[in-house]
Amino acid sequence: MKAFAFVVRRDLLLAMRRKSDVLSALFFFVIVSSLFPLGIGAETALLRKIAPGVIWVAALLSTMLGLQRMFAADHADGTLEQMALSPEPLALLVGGKIAAHWLVCGLPLVALAPLIGLQFDLSGAELGILVLALLLGTPVLSLIGSVGAALTLGVRGGGVLLSLLVLPLYIPTLIFGSGAVYAHTAGQDAGAHLSLLGALLVLGLFFAPWATTAAIRIAIE
Amino acid sequence: MSNSIIHWFKFASPASFYPLAGRMIPWFWLLAAAFGLSGLWLSFFVAPTDAVQGDGYRIIFVHVPASWMSMFIYLVMAAWAGLGLVFNTRLSSMMAQALAPTGALMAFLSLWTGSFWGKPMWGTWWIWDARLTSELILLFLYVGFIALQASIDDPRRADKAGAILALVGSVNVPIIYFSVKWWNTLHQGSTVSLTKAPAMAHTMLLGMLLMALCFWMYAIAVALQRVRAIILERESHAEWVRELKEVLA
Repeated sequence: MKAFAFVVRRDLLLAMRRKSDVLSALFFFVIVSSLFPLGIGAETALLRKIAPGVIWVAALLSTMLGLQRMFAADHADGTLEQMALSPEPLALLVGGKIAAHWLVCGLPLVALAPLIGLQFDLSGAELGILVLALLLGTPVLSLIGSVGAALTLGVRGGGVLLSLLVLPLYIPTLIFGSGAVYAHTAGQDAGAHLSLLGALLVLGLFFAPWATTAAIRIAIE
Repeated sequence: MSNSIIHWFKFASPASFYPLAGRMIPWFWLLAAAFGLSGLWLSFFVAPTDAVQGDGYRIIFVHVPASWMSMFIYLVMAAWAGLGLVFNTRLSSMMAQALAPTGALMAFLSLWTGSFWGKPMWGTWWIWDARLTSELILLFLYVGFIALQASIDDPRRADKAGAILALVGSVNVPIIYFSVKWWNTLHQGSTVSLTKAPAMAHTMLLGMLLMALCFWMYAIAVALQRVRAIILERESHAEWVRELKEVLA
């Protein structure tokens, strides 16, 4: 557990030393979601209708931006090999890196989402559900993304390939995440969608670090 | 048991599988042609015209087998890839690699014929129906698998990375299918129902099954042919490849 906390602290520290990377992903999120009203038109009823979907798609894309950095630098300078050689289980260290990625790329999105939601004229209750869904869903994005990031380590055209691999796997999270808000708007209980998101999170927590570890071992073989 | 007639693991080696595959391919082509001809004859000349859909429904004789095969091939591909990962057998991974393009072709065919069928029946080329959408995502998964294998230069690393992706994908396929299904019911109250189709005439069902067998045999024949090409490419340094008749010629 100490090793886990250490990896999280180290990655956070590294991210803080390079604030521009983190901030640019955040601004990407804001800009992409602000583009939609400009492209579609500022009709309030329409905007309210597309808001959850737009915010979720923007969140998907902006977490993708940070994925490549998850292992690339450590792979290049050999840190990843040292991690694989260390007596601590690699899955635990990988889990730490995933947690750090979520803290840097996922959590700020959750905090920013209500602001974007206000731009789209969402009501208070809808904003609450949106935040809750993002809170449950963004860790799933980091978990699934880590598998793709590890598979494309040091591969030609890694960035585009990564999106090709990861985006189809993101679809269930997108559906349940935006579905939670839509269900509430339609007067249904959002609980079912949130429970399914929670189930995805549990599944991801169990399988993803394991699959990522296997992929890393293949990459540094 | 030690004196069993055939030593199966013998064919796990590319050197002994290559000639075996070569001998099997004509048979599978023959079966594919036989099933295909009888299936087509049944579906075009024997099966009655549908009361509601007219003759346009006949495209299902290609559409349904293609959809079945696209899903089935993904499972088979993931199974071969998993075997290759666990037992470290090169041939299993080559089989997975050989199956992927055929699977992608089937997914594409299923979407293509589906939209041809949808235009006269539903009045639109595409609706966001659960089956259509999950078939589209399946095509994306195939494309991802092929792209990942193509972009890694070391073939053994490509095999293993592809295997992990295929396994992760096969865990996700049911999740994606159900999520799309629920999404569909939430967003669209009344889409056209495919499941409540009227009971089919026996000849229609028989024609469809024959066509499915034809597609199956075709997939095997093509995959074997492709795996032979992959073996030649990867084992080109080996002595036995250089002594092959077709290589010497």
